[in-house]
Amino acid sequence: MTVRGGRRGRGLSRRGDRGDVAAGPVLRAVGLSRVYQQGDSTVLAVDRVDLDVPSGQTLAVTGPSGCGKSTLLHLLGGLDRPDEGEVWLGGQRIDLLGERALARLRRRAVGFVHQDFHLMDELTAAENVELPALLAGDSPRTARRRAAALLDRVGLADRGRHLPSRLSGGQRQRVAIARALVNEPLVVLADEPTGNLDTTATHDVLRLFAELRGTGQTLVLVTHDERVAATADRLISLRDGATSEDTSPASGGSQLGALLGWEE
Amino acid sequence: MQDVVLALLVKGPSHGYDLRGRLRTALGPLGETLNAGQVYVTLSRLEKTGLVVREREDASERGPRRKVYALTGAGRERVAGWLAEPAGPRADVAEFHLKLVAAAESGMADPLTLVDARRRELRRGLAEVQHAVLTCDPGSEAGLLLEGVALRLQADLRWLEACERTWSARAPHGKHGEGGGNG
Repeated sequence: MTVRGGRRGRGLSRRGDRGDVAAGPVLRAVGLSRVYQQGDSTVLAVDRVDLDVPSGQTLAVTGPSGCGKSTLLHLLGGLDRPDEGEVWLGGQRIDLLGERALARLRRRAVGFVHQDFHLMDELTAAENVELPALLAGDSPRTARRRAAALLDRVGLADRGRHLPSRLSGGQRQRVAIARALVNEPLVVLADEPTGNLDTTATHDVLRLFAELRGTGQTLVLVTHDERVAATADRLISLRDGATSEDTSPASGGSQLGALLGWEE
Repeated sequence: MQDVVLALLVKGPSHGYDLRGRLRTALGPLGETLNAGQVYVTLSRLEKTGLVVREREDASERGPRRKVYALTGAGRERVAGWLAEPAGPRADVAEFHLKLVAAAESGMADPLTLVDARRRELRRGLAEVQHAVLTCDPGSEAGLLLEGVALRLQADLRWLEACERTWSARAPHGKHGEGGGNG
């Protein structure tokens, strides 16, 4: 927490390079399409998707496997390029950027969280978290300080020197989340972040996401798990590459009484 | 039961034996648990309340003559109301399943629309329960109860996925299928 305060000044100066964030949605997709060639047939993985993610929102994208969720996430995070349409991140159009500019932007403005953690096995937890900061040009000292603070924030202050192989799945994912946050990204993109976790570890990760939301972090998570999606501010369903908006899960009066069978 | 029987009469008049057969198709092995007389009792109750009328009696090859029932205006209104009303967060699987069957059979509602509405309803409940789960002390009694409620809602939502697949494959112009997918 303390580190967040200390980082704020720097974060803002970085954001200055990325355009005016406050003016519009942090993340915007316009008419996004992505086609894959699969043998003789073409698969429309993402079909003319329009999407605005305002700052501070947690958005869940759900749908059956193979519906294009991951492809959409990759397009939004600049890991893949659309065949049609535009992607805007922090007021900047990113789908037309060159490879190097895109990689630089991704490193600074996007934090990725993957289903299978993607930690470097030969680095300690702390080193894993430091790495993106170092790649972004921070001094080793700054990177170390920030990694320590983030590990503390995800409840792993005492595990910094452990290799990932000595951590449980839930702990590894929390390390991965700390890593995703180390450069104070505009948006965190999580692809089935709880897909490999048991119930307890899933709850830990979801509590952490709820905390991030409290600090104003913008978050897009792709999941097929309705319980994970239920924690988001907003939910969209993806089917055959096309989105449909659901009503906000939190709207309406309380159903708890009815759920427990006390109001019938 | 009354609502389902009424819905099965929307297409046209029918007799108890036929209706029972239709219910057994929809319910499979679970239909065997239906009391043999239940449909007939239901029909005579519906007749008393004016929701159906006995139209005629058909001779059958063997056995008793079959009373053929037809829906009244009031009966049709009741079906429309039943299909439109939300199932409620705790509605059981068989009840909602029969509602989908009845919607398709009567042509008075699109099963996929009902699935969508049900999904919204369940998601709303799940969002509330999940938020409560995350604020509860893990390992507490309250947390354990909420976990059970959340798991049930999750199971219901998963089953809705299956409902959606089956009914969109059957719909001639399902809004998700867009003409294709009839297999």
